This record gives sequence, structure tokens and C-alpha cells, in this order.
Amino acid sequence: MTLAPPSIAAVEKYSPAYESLVTASAAAPEWLKAVRQQAWATYSELGIPVKRRGNELWKYTNLQPLAAEDFRHGLTGEVSVDQLKAVGPWDDAWNTLVVVDGKFNTELSNLHGTNGLVAGSLADAISTGTGDIESQIATLAGREEYAFTALNTAFLDDGAYVAIERDTVLEEPVQVVFVTSSLSESRVNYPRLLVDAGENSSVVLIETHLNLAEESQFSTPVVEMFAHAGSSIRHYRVQMENEKSFHLGTTRIRQLDDSNFTSTSFAVGASIARNDIHTLLDAPGASCTLHGLYMTNGEQQQDQEISTTHAKPHCTSDQFYKGILSGKSHAVFSGKVVVMRDAQKSDATQKDLNLLLSRGVEIDAKPSLEIYADDVTAAHGATAGHVDRETLYYLESRGVDQEAAKAILVRGFAEEILNEFEPKSLHDFVEKVTDERIPALLAESDTLGTA
Amino acid sequence: MLEIKNLHTSVLDIDDSEILKGIDLSVGKGEIHAIMGPNGSGKSTLANVLMGRFDYVVTEGEITLDGESILDLRPDQRAHLGMFLAFQYPAEIPGVRPWQFLKAALDSKAEARGEEKMTVRNFSKLFDEKVGAVGINPTLVKRSLNEGFSGGEKKRNEMLQLEVLQPTLAILDETDSGLDVDALRIVAEGVNSMRSPGRSFIVVTHYQRLLNYITPDVVHILVNGKIVNTGGPELALEVEKDGYKKYLVTSEATA
Repeated sequence: MTLAPPSIAAVEKYSPAYESLVTASAAAPEWLKAVRQQAWATYSELGIPVKRRGNELWKYTNLQPLAAEDFRHGLTGEVSVDQLKAVGPWDDAWNTLVVVDGKFNTELSNLHGTNGLVAGSLADAISTGTGDIESQIATLAGREEYAFTALNTAFLDDGAYVAIERDTVLEEPVQVVFVTSSLSESRVNYPRLLVDAGENSSVVLIETHLNLAEESQFSTPVVEMFAHAGSSIRHYRVQMENEKSFHLGTTRIRQLDDSNFTSTSFAVGASIARNDIHTLLDAPGASCTLHGLYMTNGEQQQDQEISTTHAKPHCTSDQFYKGILSGKSHAVFSGKVVVMRDAQKSDATQKDLNLLLSRGVEIDAKPSLEIYADDVTAAHGATAGHVDRETLYYLESRGVDQEAAKAILVRGFAEEILNEFEPKSLHDFVEKVTDERIPALLAESDTLGTA
Repeated sequence: MLEIKNLHTSVLDIDDSEILKGIDLSVGKGEIHAIMGPNGSGKSTLANVLMGRFDYVVTEGEITLDGESILDLRPDQRAHLGMFLAFQYPAEIPGVRPWQFLKAALDSKAEARGEEKMTVRNFSKLFDEKVGAVGINPTLVKRSLNEGFSGGEKKRNEMLQLEVLQPTLAILDETDSGLDVDALRIVAEGVNSMRSPGRSFIVVTHYQRLLNYITPDVVHILVNGKIVNTGGPELALEVEKDGYKKYLVTSEATA
């Protein structure tokens, strides 16, 4: 056995598990085998991206701890609905799909047989060839030169499948919960979701990542969404990993004529987390809104890798993220908008606002525009500031002590994004998590005054 | 109730920045005192030093409220004693609704005084009543505090807070600046309706016009960090007619 060159990290470690998967799935469809094989070849060349110099995508993120750690494959633990309700958003009215340790779980899922909704296990959808799965899966994510989508695709086996038939307008949200069970071993999971929104369909989709384990876990969720002409996807992403875990998530969306994709992310968990989302505006009139809130403390790191490609004319995109950082935490906002030569009359905005609560934090904000068309409206900006001394004084003069006043201001800063979470049970959940989190953020706060 | 003795104040961490140069002032219970003066005389500084603003330092003198020194108290502690400052430029606070913030303010005060917190229901009732009294647009108070408010709306919002918090010593820092006559009348009505034997006001103003609607018991002229004249309401009318010219000349001569 030849050793991989030192720059290719953590390939050998994952190789036996990959070989076992290949052996165990002789009966899998040929196309799936080919997809996995190609993805494994890509991952084998890339490994975990530990090289930072000259690597724009990982310049600010140290993945050495991830590459160094050992994770078990193929262990699935027990989870109860009560556990899910205790740590994540839940509403019995929603169609909820639950994926435990990467495997779809029928018992925990709560599906109402709603007309026009096809929702269930990804493994079943693959084996029965549901819808356009063969021509869709791993076409947006998994064939690119990207380690984590390659790794996930190499182990592509199960997850969740959601299709909304054409002209179907779903009244209640669909939630997909990816949960890591409480087993004590450190494990790697390959959560996968495919969403196929038919023409003129409309869905509210809540993607929730929960973690019941205490030890470090590694999750590489990959979500691919196809928004057909006239469809509307209202997407929410909630990331609640435990504080020792690694969460390298990827979301890829392809949008056709006049479709709308609106997404709001709420990211508070993990030791190192990345929310990598890319929307391809691939037909005229498509529009996307990518918003989110991240909160970090301790030595956490949260990366937002947000990008949109305007491939066709008359499309609009809007990126807006807010961050609250305390302790010695680190956040990266990398917003990118590419406007292709044909994409005239594009409208693109990018904004990243950060509230820094301590001197030890680091924020790397990097909004960028690449414009190859000439008739385009675009704006971008990023700010980082401290709690304003003047504003605190105003609140204090009304009798609110400084700690409480700071909490009010931090909460006020988050409010704008929190208000975007419309389904009531979801809104209550993110508000509760934020309110519980603020004291921890303030406990590590040591700054005041305008930066 | 409020006694200020030989008060000297500088800007924190800036040498030779003395703004108040020996103020003596005594405000009795139920009295309304007007502090008038030209720009840069130290009026706003005085208002803010009383409230305990973070970037001023008292280098000499004493401030007592009901006989107790308040110099070592934080702004929130001064508020708990019944002090209130209506700001000249109220801060805009995104994401914080006036309702929410005022409830927090009342709760803190109750807690500090060992009193029972007002129920949400009773507070709602009080709040709605005061919103009506001040004539502030009800949809406005559902928005972020002061964010996107016009100058007049911000001042009405200050009056709303004054009405809800019911202080015993209210300081109005140029609350009249930037107001049209209607808004001015609302401020004055607020003050007049709250005028009571147990409540005192210090009204800081550049112009006499607010005093057409609020009749002060005592008028002080503040020039170059010192009170140069004290008198009755007629003093304000004199300033209206002659401006601060004669005081400026005197002040320069003695400087």
C-alpha cells in the first residue's frame, strides 16, 4: 500500500470504509456505483483540505484538527421523538422526515400523506428510481472539485428525498431533520437530501441539523435542490451541532425560469462549521435570497461560503448575513456573486454585518463581485462593530443595568434575521435558542464603544 | 430635592477640557427650572453629568439628591432614584421595540427598589394609555426604537417614556430643538400634565419659545460653564428680546 503524499490528508483513513461499501452494495444501480467511484477518485486526490496557503477557499480555516481525528463509519444509534422535540424545532402539523446517523428512519418520521408531496427515504428513491433521481443526484454537488461533496458522494447511500409535484402548493412546512445519535463513539455521517420542486409548486422546507452526542462528530451534509420554472422554495437551515463537532455542509440549488429560492440560516453549533451554499440562476427571471445569522463563542468557528451565479438575464440575488461573535471565536463570511456575460439586467446585493463582543474574536469578511456583463446593478459591503457606548447609555439612563442593556442590544441586532423565521414553532425555537445563548456570549464579552 | 454645589466637569481623558466651571443650583420639590444659554455654554453637559454620562468626569463639587450624593452612582441607579433624561438626540436602536424596552426599564426599577414587577397585562394597559396621551402613532411604537423616526417622533417617544416611567426629577435636554409648534405643544402638555408637588423638572433650552407653553418657576442663564444670572420667567423674555449678548460680553471680561 502506498502512502498518500503528506498534503493529501485523511484519505487512507476513509478508504477501508469505502471498500466495504463497494463490497456490500454489489446490487446497487450501476449509475450509483459509477457516481460513487468517480467521487471517491476526486476525494482521493483532494483529501481533507488542510493546505491553507494559496487555497482561497480554506485560507482562514484550519482543518488540521479534523484531518487528525479518527471517525467510525456505519454506526446507527437509537433516537426518540421526545429527544428530537427537546433539542430541535418540531410541529406535528409539518411533514417531518428524520434521518438518524445518515439513515432514513420511518418510525421517527411524521408524514401525513399530503397530496402532491413525495417524501421519504433516499435509499428507496434510488432503488426504485423515483422521479428524475438518476439524472439529478450528484449533478449539482459531487462532481465538482470539492473535497466534502466528493467524500459525501463517495458514501452516497441514504438520506431524504423530497419532491413536490407540479402546481402543488403545500400549506404546511416540510422538515428534514438530520440527527446524530447519542452513541459515544466519534462518527462520520454523510447526510444527503435531494429536493425536486416541480413547475409552479411551492414549499416551505426546514432543514435541521441536530446532535445528541457528547463527543466530537463529523458531518458532511449535502443538499441538492432543483427549482423548476415558476416554483418557490422557502428554505430554512438550522445548525445545532454539539460544540466539539465538525459540520461541513454544502447546499447547491439550480433555479429555472421565474423560480424563487429564499433561504434563512441559523448557525450556532459545532467547533468548526461551514455553510457553503451556491445558487445557480440558470434561466431568466429567477431570484434568490440568501440570509442568515451566526453566533459564536468560546473557540468556535463559523464559515459562511455564500455564492450565486447569474447565468441568465433578468435575475436577482440578495445575500445578507449577520454575525455575533464573542470569546475567542472566529467567523468567515465569503460572499461571491458571479454575473456571466449573458446575464444582462442582473441585480445583486451582498451584505455582512458583524457585532464583535470581545477583543479576542476574528472576522474575515470577504464580499466579492465578478461581473462579466455590462448592464448590472450590484452593491456589496461588510461591517464589524462593537456594542455602541452611546446606545448603552441611553438604555442605562432608563434604569436598565449595563448587562441587561447589552443583552437587549445583542437581541435587537439578531431580531431582523430571527423575524424571517415565519413558521411559528420554528420562530419560537430560534428565539429561545438565541435568548439562551446571549448570556454565554456576554459572559465572554470585554468590549464596549464604537470600533 | 436636587442640590448642585460648585460643580466642575471635564471630558474624560482630555486635559484642559473643563466645561462646567463651578455650578451652584438648587431645585426644590415640584419646581420647574429652566436652564438657558447659548451654544457651547455647557447646558447639555450639565444635563448629562446629572444623569451620569460615561465620558464626563466631575473634578470638583457635589451633586446630591434628597441629601444623598449621586456622584458614584451609575446612570441606571440614578434612574432607579427617580431621575430621567429626555435626550436631545435619542439613540436609534434597531430590533428593539419601545414596548419591550420600557417594560425592561420598569422591571429593573421595580427590582432595584424591591417592588413587585408590573404584569404584562397591566403594563400593556398603561402603555396603550400613554401612547394615546402623547399622541404618538401606534404603528410607530411597534417598530424599532427610534429607527427611522422623524425628529418630532423621537421627541414624542421621549415624552412617552417620561409618561410611562413617571420620574420624580425629569431633565429635558433641548427637547424643543427641531420641533414644529404642534410637537412643541405636545411636549409642553406632557410636562404640564405631569407637573405635581412631588415632581421637579429641569428644562434645558436655547430658545425661549418652549417657555411660552411651560411656565418655569426659576430661570438660569448658563454661559461659559457658569450660571451668570438667575431670575423668574421674565428673564426668559429678556433673552428672547436681547439674546445672550450682554452675558457673553460680561463672561469674556471676567475670563
